[in-house]
Amino acid sequence: MAAETDTLRRTPLHDRHVAAGAKLVPFAGWEMPVQYQGIRAEHTAVREHAGVFDVSHMGQVETAGSGAEALLQRLLSNDVARIAEQGAQYSVLCEERGGVLDDLFTYRLAPDRFLTVTNASNHARDFAWFERHAAGFDATVHDRLDDFAMLAVQGPRARALVAGLAARELPRRFHTAELTVAGVPDVLVCGTGYTGEDGVELLVAPGAAGAVWDAVVAAGAEPVGLGARDTLRLEACFHLYGNDLSEDRNPIEAGLGWCCKEDTGFVGAEAVRAARAHGTAERLMPFAVTGPGIARQGNPVLGGGVVTSGTLSLTLGYAIGLAYLPVERTEPGTPFEIDVRGKTRAAEVRAKPLIPEER
Amino acid sequence: MATASYPPDLKYHEEHDWARIEGETATFGITWYAQDQLGELVFFDPPAVGATVRRGDPYAEVESVKAVSDVIAPLSGEVVEVNEALASGPEAINDDPYDGGWMVKVRLSDVSEVESLMDAAAYEDSLT
Repeated sequence: MAAETDTLRRTPLHDRHVAAGAKLVPFAGWEMPVQYQGIRAEHTAVREHAGVFDVSHMGQVETAGSGAEALLQRLLSNDVARIAEQGAQYSVLCEERGGVLDDLFTYRLAPDRFLTVTNASNHARDFAWFERHAAGFDATVHDRLDDFAMLAVQGPRARALVAGLAARELPRRFHTAELTVAGVPDVLVCGTGYTGEDGVELLVAPGAAGAVWDAVVAAGAEPVGLGARDTLRLEACFHLYGNDLSEDRNPIEAGLGWCCKEDTGFVGAEAVRAARAHGTAERLMPFAVTGPGIARQGNPVLGGGVVTSGTLSLTLGYAIGLAYLPVERTEPGTPFEIDVRGKTRAAEVRAKPLIPEER
Repeated sequence: MATASYPPDLKYHEEHDWARIEGETATFGITWYAQDQLGELVFFDPPAVGATVRRGDPYAEVESVKAVSDVIAPLSGEVVEVNEALASGPEAINDDPYDGGWMVKVRLSDVSEVESLMDAAAYEDSLT
């Protein structure tokens, strides 16, 4: 186990996690805090107040040059031309058959300069994919993974908490701005997140991450680990790559047709167009377990389909998840059954999000 | 229970289970170490009363928010009682692993199996 841990990367906040009593686990090649005081308390802190996550394992790719927009338009499923300066946009990266390689947020930092945030497990592959497709475009692609630590401050009080540390007004939702935060200049503040709550994500130079973390915690944000990050994102029905998204699923069946603009001609657009036109056999849907038990990733749905994410909802008090279901059984309210380690568990299709947006 | 404890009146199995032996019956549960490793437990899936359990085999499941884990029987026998309170309050396994968090009572099929279990000191040594 020691040998395994030795090869894991550590974020600049590692010593702080250890000092805070975090339980650290391997995650996508990184040693990351899965919880501090307990998943339930951390989950509740984000839903009711504010929490701060170290998500420095996430990667960044910068695309710059007069052809940067054209290159990203070729790679990303959404309409990149519609990202305003200082704007943000969600999209997927597809391969030719329409299979999803990653899901990403892209920020336009300047007219010809973009930053795309990648999932840790996909970063190397994404960057290689960007580089491979850059030929013929007047654009350069830079791996910025080592240039940023990343903190997510999330919760109903998160924005006010960070605003109290910032030199200027924070960017609004799905926008970005470079601000001085906690005395640290040039922090890239992004009005995005992965919890279903308002908040910001902070991209900061690794050497300054500790100062920002300390200030955010001192201002009242609870440190929150990846355990609660998963329960929070699942209640909000945000996809997790490797669970709900993969190369074997196209964005239409994953319920991400809304971020695909086939007319932009992105790699995989024709496959996505065909999937949209002809429909798919299965579709990813939220569900609730209506009796006892917790369905987990990989549990088969009786009669066809599979659970891709499952947990206990700490907000609702019952088990929830996401599952690929046959399209004829995706109407919210439809009952179905899941084989949970040999036991048949009753479930019901739900609409998204699983938690009400106004609580 | 915030700090580790391993009561001396219990017997311990290497898969982090305890047994409280009372003649030909025994009460089973998981150790402080096990519940600490698993984190906050949110679901206990018990065996049926009357089910046969075999030493070293799983007889129940506990689930944390993150994952499901088997609970291993420290001894063999037949389940005669299940802790019904864990259905609505599985957190008792975390808060009180040796009393309120007990899982099943078993009529032992072979009392001599008890000799295969560790005492508290040996179990505690095995954790370091």
